[in-house]
Amino acid sequence: MTETTPVLKDRLPIPFNTSPEPFTLVAQGAESLLYKTTFLSPSQPAALKVRPVKKWRHPTLDKRLTRARILAEARVLVKLSGEGIATGSGGRKVKDPKKGDVGAGGMRGMVPAVLGLDWEQGWLVTDWIEGGTVKEAIYRASRSRAGTGVPGVGDDEARVEELTQLLRKMGEVVGKLHACGVVHGDLTTSNMMLRPHATQARSTSTSEGSLDGDLVLIDFGLATQSVSEEDRAVDLYVLERAFGSTHPREEDLFACVLEAYAQGEGSGMKGKAGKTVLRKLEDVRMRGRKKSMVG
Amino acid sequence: METIVLPHLPGQPLQVCLFANVQNAQFLRQQLLDGNANFEYAFLDAAVLLSRQHVLAACFRAINDMLQGRLKSKNVHSEIVFSLSPNNNISESFRRFGVSETTNHILAIKVGGDQAQVEEHLRQHVEGQMVAFTDGALAGMRDESRIRKAYKVDIASVQADAFIIGSMALKGS
Ligand SMILES: Nc1ncnc2c1ncn2[C@@H]1O[C@H](COP(=O)(O)OP(=O)(O)OP(=O)(O)O)[C@@H](O)[C@H]1O
Ligand SMILES: [Mg+2]
Repeated sequence: MTETTPVLKDRLPIPFNTSPEPFTLVAQGAESLLYKTTFLSPSQPAALKVRPVKKWRHPTLDKRLTRARILAEARVLVKLSGEGIATGSGGRKVKDPKKGDVGAGGMRGMVPAVLGLDWEQGWLVTDWIEGGTVKEAIYRASRSRAGTGVPGVGDDEARVEELTQLLRKMGEVVGKLHACGVVHGDLTTSNMMLRPHATQARSTSTSEGSLDGDLVLIDFGLATQSVSEEDRAVDLYVLERAFGSTHPREEDLFACVLEAYAQGEGSGMKGKAGKTVLRKLEDVRMRGRKKSMVG
Repeated sequence: METIVLPHLPGQPLQVCLFANVQNAQFLRQQLLDGNANFEYAFLDAAVLLSRQHVLAACFRAINDMLQGRLKSKNVHSEIVFSLSPNNNISESFRRFGVSETTNHILAIKVGGDQAQVEEHLRQHVEGQMVAFTDGALAGMRDESRIRKAYKVDIASVQADAFIIGSMALKGS
């Protein structure tokens, strides 16, 4: 799926610049490069995020920004992996009334684990999430639906059902995240991965159009710790807008995300807290509409 | 005895040897305290080790910090011990993760060196049984209450590995 582009290793930070290991450039964002490589063991695939030096920025400022963003992402990921098991200051000894209940184990498996980082050099390694992005999965599913030829009604229903399940998972996981006191800041279907279940055979996991699997949130570079309903509503609004423009054919089903967010099994925003956020979301939408009318 | 080459660090192979039921922990500790140049090892108390990955994450951090000229302790071997700690207190990290008088099982690590020579030297000086360095062996040596205390977690199983390894990686930030 990912083509192998020759990677210029000497542009990687130490110690990767002299590494004999393979690197595959998976994504190139505005601020960062993401490589698939190995870490700690040759058989352990890992995701290496590098924030290269920005030549046009003042070096001191650039260093500070790189450091801040690498650390922000790593801190949130580690905090989330300790949710429900950490007993120190990072954990939740004092119960915050605005925090929901996530239960022991917290977000384990729903975010990548941090394996290493160097905030001076500007790199972060997390474990590799198999599968692909939710965006790709939805595209694939919609293609294979179109490709069945005769659009059998039963087949279509099954697809909608699968998609609904996936959207519900999205709502539940975002609900859990918010209940942990974190807002993501950049929720899109490219910042969510769909990892095939461990028991799924390789062949079926990659099978055409399957929407089965565990949802994993990635890309916490803009995440912040917040329990404000406003921030949570904006997080959902960003997702809603991104979803609508990336998946216009599926847009009508987005309501499932919000429904599961506020009442889904396993969601951390069950009950009153979730409802308040959804009410706020209506205000945020309103403001968004006004702004786009003016702009 | 095993030689482990960490991905990305081919120039710093690790000679790793796990010993069960060590009888002379006090002697080994004394060699480190005396700065005996023949004992350039990280001697870890295996009771506080969660998994191979846990140990290798500490080794990677220590070697990377060495390559960057950022060692906080004497040398790369003491730095491996320190790297296991989630906080910046060096002497506490030696007490918690290093060999002590009461240590039963020891993981010995040497950065660099020749496998045969290291093995011979350890066989001569460590009074214990060499066992394979596996997650299973570590699980049998583990003292969960010490791990819970060291990392401030309420479970000491692989369920906590992401938080523990992540906390080590973030130390000093
Ligand atoms: N842990 C991972 N395992 C597998 N693939 C990943 C992982 N992390 C990222 N990816 C892939 O790389 C892409 C880019 O990663 P990410 O979203 O973290 O970076 P980015 O958008 O460039 O970052 P930023 O917005 O912080 O600059 C993702 O869309 C996904 O396809
Ligand atoms: Mg992204």
